[in-house]
Amino acid sequence: MKKEYQKAWFFVLPVLLLVAFNALIPMMTVVNYSVQETFGNNLFLWEGLGWFEKILNSERFHAALGRQFLFTGLILAIEIPLGVIIALAMPRKGIWVPVCLVTMALPMLIPWNVVGAMWNIFTLPDIGLLGYLMNHVLGIDYNMTQDPFAAWATIIAMDVWHWTSLVVLLAYAGLVSIPDAYYQAARIDGASSWAVFRYIQLPKMKQVLTIAILLRFMDSFNIYTEPFVLTGGGPGNSTTLLSIDLVKIALGQFDLGPAAAMSLIYFVITLFVSWLFYTLMTKDDQN
Amino acid sequence: MAKITLSNLRHSYLANPKTDQDFALKQIDLDWDDGGAYALLGPSGCGKTTLLNIISGLLTPTEGQVLFDGRDVTHLPPDKREIAQVFQFPVIYDTMTVYDNLAFPLRNRGIDEATVKQRVTAIAEMLELGDSLNRRAAGLSPDNKQKISMGRGLVREDVNVIMFDEPLTVIDPHLKWKLRSKLKELHQRVRATMIYVTHDQTEALTFADQVVVMDAGEIVQIGTPVELFERPAHVFVGHFIGSPGMNVLPCEVQGNVVRFEGVEVAIEGPVKAGEGNLKLGVRPEYVSLGDGPLRGEVIHVADVGRHNVIDLRIGETQVRAIAEGAVPPIGQVMSVAFRPDKTRVYRDGHIVSQPAGGAA
Repeated sequence: MKKEYQKAWFFVLPVLLLVAFNALIPMMTVVNYSVQETFGNNLFLWEGLGWFEKILNSERFHAALGRQFLFTGLILAIEIPLGVIIALAMPRKGIWVPVCLVTMALPMLIPWNVVGAMWNIFTLPDIGLLGYLMNHVLGIDYNMTQDPFAAWATIIAMDVWHWTSLVVLLAYAGLVSIPDAYYQAARIDGASSWAVFRYIQLPKMKQVLTIAILLRFMDSFNIYTEPFVLTGGGPGNSTTLLSIDLVKIALGQFDLGPAAAMSLIYFVITLFVSWLFYTLMTKDDQN
Repeated sequence: MAKITLSNLRHSYLANPKTDQDFALKQIDLDWDDGGAYALLGPSGCGKTTLLNIISGLLTPTEGQVLFDGRDVTHLPPDKREIAQVFQFPVIYDTMTVYDNLAFPLRNRGIDEATVKQRVTAIAEMLELGDSLNRRAAGLSPDNKQKISMGRGLVREDVNVIMFDEPLTVIDPHLKWKLRSKLKELHQRVRATMIYVTHDQTEALTFADQVVVMDAGEIVQIGTPVELFERPAHVFVGHFIGSPGMNVLPCEVQGNVVRFEGVEVAIEGPVKAGEGNLKLGVRPEYVSLGDGPLRGEVIHVADVGRHNVIDLRIGETQVRAIAEGAVPPIGQVMSVAFRPDKTRVYRDGHIVSQPAGGAA
């Protein structure tokens, strides 16, 4: 290797340092905690893989993980088709395009804890718009601080309200990239509107939908702020999703070891499912 | 198969067109004979694609009628007209195999699988796609994708007309020739009316029996490639067809005497009387050097391979000539002649000289 080229390493150095400080070092700290027991005063005892074993066998973790998958599964099942339907219904040309786009983007611009607070007030049985309407006008008993089903329905509705826009915007971007010739050819070929959707629009949206599903999966799987502000994980533990449970263990009970082990397991699950999604959805493009 | 008649066709993309300028198609009256190979030639934006989309039914004209064998189809949707259209960029259904792509228009019309199979196999054979029937269409090269788009038109037995909207735009140069020959061959085999839209004169002239030249929403001339070249009916045709295009020169006409730069030049025949702006038209191929009444100075020479394109200055005007053999040096003053039977007079763009011994 020639000597004069060695300076190039210095150009890589800032990135290496950045990655080290914002990803590798914090991550290694977590790994460090996950194999030790601490009683404060910087006293650490070696614990090996004990915490991992305990977490993986704990019913509390299983329950939280189950709730997490249920939540993510439900919001994906609602947001993806709903987003596609809204994108299909949006105008592709004309003065209504910017109006629709901005309206769609609005919910995403609201800070997450504000979304939680908004919905909290929205659903209050006595003064909230939705809460009052349900209880006093429609006569449906609705109180998400007491009824787990109501709590679930509310966090799902909140997430759908907050994030369907993302799917809409991505799907819309996919739709507008389809040249007119495709629709014209389909008309000449006598294709039904279902065939146009199935063979033109859906294939052309596939790539952006892959991204939409991945983003919504990762985001919803790691969701914390909005349900925490809205329900605080309750009533009982009924809406305690993984991240809420994790914070309870780490900050509420100050069990750093188990919390660290749990974060790593959480991280590996997120990574694995994302990889799985991506591989399955892009499998066809390889051949 | 059908004879297609366009009658009093006008089209505007505006909701309330007022002046002629608002019309993308100004006034079109045209018959396309059954089984003909037509090219629709014109510069970008002249209304070619608009005209095509009106024939296919993708657009409804503002005024006028489209008739297939005398039957008014002006308001019929594309799938009811039994036409086929091939677009500039290949349109294929990515997720389907080549076979399914070709079968798509037939299946949409509820044709039984046995017939579908027989038609698709026959068309694939004709287009040399037989080997890739089971492959995913998305993986094919652009020229094969374009063949699939054509094939989707050809599989239907009852197709009235097949229209091509600049189909070779995305095809590699060395494949263009092949695909064009294939088109010509297909036309001879299936005998369907074909309309080929292009702004490339080579494509138009090699494909078509009849070329329709359009400019600014109007048809300026219809003729065989030879007619368009030899006797352009409009200066636009003279200019647009040929490389380089026809010389369009200022002139003075008194009776049947035509003067260019003060020198009398012989033309093909008598000039029809009338008022308007007169121009002299002569193709560079028919400007000869070395002998003649005009004196021109060589100002530029371009060697284009087979011959030289020589720019001359005659008086105030620049004239192009095509010459073979030795290249004259720049600055040399030479005698120049226009071949009389190929020199014509145009008034406001339209031809007004008549060939000697016959009416124009």
